[in-house]
Amino acid sequence: MKKVHLRLISAAFLSVFVLAACGGEDTGGDENDNGNNGNGDSENGTSEGNGGTLIFARGGDSVSLDPPSVTDGESSRVTKQIFETLIEFEEDSFELSPGLATNWEPSEDGLSYVFELREGVKFHDGTDFNAEAVKINFERWADPDHEYAFTDEGYNYSVYGTQFGGFAGDEDHVIEEINVLSDYEVEFVLNQPLGSFLQNMGMNYFAITSPAALEEFGSDINENPVGTGPFVFDNWTKNSTIELSKNEEYWDEGLPKLDGVTFTVVGDNSSRLSTLLSGGIDLMDGLSPDDIEQVNNTDGYEVYERVPNNVGYLGFNTEVEPFDDPLVRKAINHAINKEDLITSVYGGQATPATNAVPVDYLGHNNTVEEYEYDLDLAKELLAEAGYEDGFDFDLWTMPVARPYMPNPARAAELIQAELSELNINANIVEKEWAVYLEEIELGHQDMFMLGWSGVNGDPDYFLGSLLSTDGIPGSNQTFYSNSEVDALLDEARSTIDEEERAALYEEAQVLIHEDAPMVPLVHSIPVLAGSDTISGYVPHPSTSESLKNVEITN
Amino acid sequence: MFAYALRRLLLLIPVLIGMTIVTFSIIWLIPGNPAQTILGEQATPQAVAALEEQLGLNEPFWVQYGGYIGNLFTGDLGVSLRTNNEIIEEMWPYLAGTIELTMFAMLFAIVVGVNAGIISAWKQNSIFDYVCMIIALIGVSMPVFWLALMEQWVFAQELGWFPAIGRSDPRDPIEGITHLYILDTIIQGNFDDTLMALRHLVLPMIALGTIPMAIIARMTRSSMLEVLRSDYIRTVHAKGSGQFIVIYKHALKNAFIPVLTVVGLQMGALLGGAILTETIFSWPGIGRYIYEAITFRDYPVIQSGILIVATIFIFINLVVDLLYASIDPRIKYD
Repeated sequence: MKKVHLRLISAAFLSVFVLAACGGEDTGGDENDNGNNGNGDSENGTSEGNGGTLIFARGGDSVSLDPPSVTDGESSRVTKQIFETLIEFEEDSFELSPGLATNWEPSEDGLSYVFELREGVKFHDGTDFNAEAVKINFERWADPDHEYAFTDEGYNYSVYGTQFGGFAGDEDHVIEEINVLSDYEVEFVLNQPLGSFLQNMGMNYFAITSPAALEEFGSDINENPVGTGPFVFDNWTKNSTIELSKNEEYWDEGLPKLDGVTFTVVGDNSSRLSTLLSGGIDLMDGLSPDDIEQVNNTDGYEVYERVPNNVGYLGFNTEVEPFDDPLVRKAINHAINKEDLITSVYGGQATPATNAVPVDYLGHNNTVEEYEYDLDLAKELLAEAGYEDGFDFDLWTMPVARPYMPNPARAAELIQAELSELNINANIVEKEWAVYLEEIELGHQDMFMLGWSGVNGDPDYFLGSLLSTDGIPGSNQTFYSNSEVDALLDEARSTIDEEERAALYEEAQVLIHEDAPMVPLVHSIPVLAGSDTISGYVPHPSTSESLKNVEITN
Repeated sequence: MFAYALRRLLLLIPVLIGMTIVTFSIIWLIPGNPAQTILGEQATPQAVAALEEQLGLNEPFWVQYGGYIGNLFTGDLGVSLRTNNEIIEEMWPYLAGTIELTMFAMLFAIVVGVNAGIISAWKQNSIFDYVCMIIALIGVSMPVFWLALMEQWVFAQELGWFPAIGRSDPRDPIEGITHLYILDTIIQGNFDDTLMALRHLVLPMIALGTIPMAIIARMTRSSMLEVLRSDYIRTVHAKGSGQFIVIYKHALKNAFIPVLTVVGLQMGALLGGAILTETIFSWPGIGRYIYEAITFRDYPVIQSGILIVATIFIFINLVVDLLYASIDPRIKYD
């Protein structure tokens, strides 16, 4: 009798182990067989490793697959595979290279650009890519009343507005008209020169959608993306996976190399890493700095670093006491040890920042001298400002981790401890993220932590947004306003000569440094991890890279 | 029995209405501006104002609430702000995911918990009894996320026995019909996929089922001990039946009554606990669906999600009460 009963119990446990055993075989199969699992294709036994489906795990889902109407990185990461822009960025930088346009020529006055388009390119729905398609797309973003603008359904092209000075009819809107010169020639006429015009053309947001698809799907275009890119959209299970398959008709011969790409959401950092190390995925984003060593020490896995393209900073509200006094702001700049911060918060994955523009950018002024860590000097400056006995203030701390600030709470404690050396008492304040952003725009803060990531490789995106008077209210949350700086930034924005622009930005940075509206803390290096069966993967500073050159080898 | 069931059903109406008011109010009280969140950190104030207008966020509470209830009666849960999809269609696959997971977790908890409890009672004060009760104690006290991460580390990363995440292999996804994958794959006759889906269920099922398993084991043990000491069991023994028959045929039914209450309560707790398990195992379930909606301030989805989960919770309680009444003849229906 006992035996019968034991059998019953063990049956339950046994079935678990049987499942496990079956699984063992399956997993083994996957590992040796990555190459031909995708879409049931029948080419067996190719050892070169071309093809296969790449599984890319990330922390969050895409918001929408309509590139111009969303600003989050998780959306662009996917749309980058499906859509293409007139100009593309180089694989690992913001240098311009041909995309859907093979050639472009600005007029001498900088008021018109003629793009020669690539011929023989087809959208995934089989329709032709041509000048008319370019015109329709740009007009859709510029004109809120356009039949494909879908503003009534909540579509909003805020990046278009920011990058091109507003929308059709707005006073500062830069794009006057778009002329179709021939099937494969399109002209953009501007009403004033725009220094970042070509850089903007490379932004993922301004990727070209099939006009036929806009007609067919209407406002459901965000779930039915049709572009010209190397991968075709198949299926989207929200909060879980987005499946893409190879574009067999892709214009670039021999590309893409993969049969497909699946983006999958694994929210928890450590389970994402477990999944990678158990072979469930091929590539993961958002590796914690603390886990870099583990990946490096595990055979068969690799860490990828992105070029720093952001700035994490401590902002002062320059309109409230005592931070309205530049001496106090300078004193605090001297009191913060960036190296310590990088070691303990960023796991070494960051470089100290001296100003708001990332190091490789046009016009980054590397002659601006850092406010070096010097407590004595800081005390002197405070005494000079009349605060030798210190003061109390609220330090607003981000409630969420961001690439430029992976552990805000730890950073805040460190800063608090450092400032206490000067008798300055930082009272750490934490608010819910959306509220945090809202109130900071309203100027409720004394001092706050925040950061900014680049999208088009243009310095204006950093300086113009964060430090010009135009950015108030909005992205300029230090409320810093200096008419000289504004004049320089305005001039740089409407200049197209690169050297001239660089010189203007460098000059602006000197003035900003002197006024010290913020403590630029770091330019962080976001890290990814992947299996070493992947080759050809190059992380792009914009955080969205095309996977067309990636392949899986055994 | 019928009258009892009917009365219980009618009682649900005020409960459900109260629930809609509560969920609606909570959302009303959340700080922050949804339009701002939807449009992103760098949106212009004009765009925010326009979206507020469009979503009717400027309307007073009762107007918004009234509209919501009106739509509920027509079966319309509204449209997700984030995706523009009909919530009712969008939500089902996630709800199915959670139903499948909680069913298996409950099955695991009952099969293992009840049997462990029975043997512990049967072999009272034996090594097995002590080990079981220690495991049960640890099981009750263990944080779900910790257990889940340990499982992933040991059984996925180190041993490679089970997949660490998801409901199916991302390289070879399962086509959903009902979105209950085990059922779907059986309907499709694709038993390889059934096996794959089962393998994906193992780790999250154990993570989610461990606490109820431990509670059920302890409850079964003490309830069984009590029953085993009763007179009628002594009579069955005297008739010469073996221990196995005594326990499974005669004692279990009576010992199961208090266990059933615990099972019912734990079902509700499972729905709540599912969110952690779903997050760590990237299980596309209703918990994560609602959680995502909260981070995106997707008001209609939050409202509908909570409403549906709460409704399920209430109905589970109802079913348990009815079962309870039908198992135990001492409980009167009126």
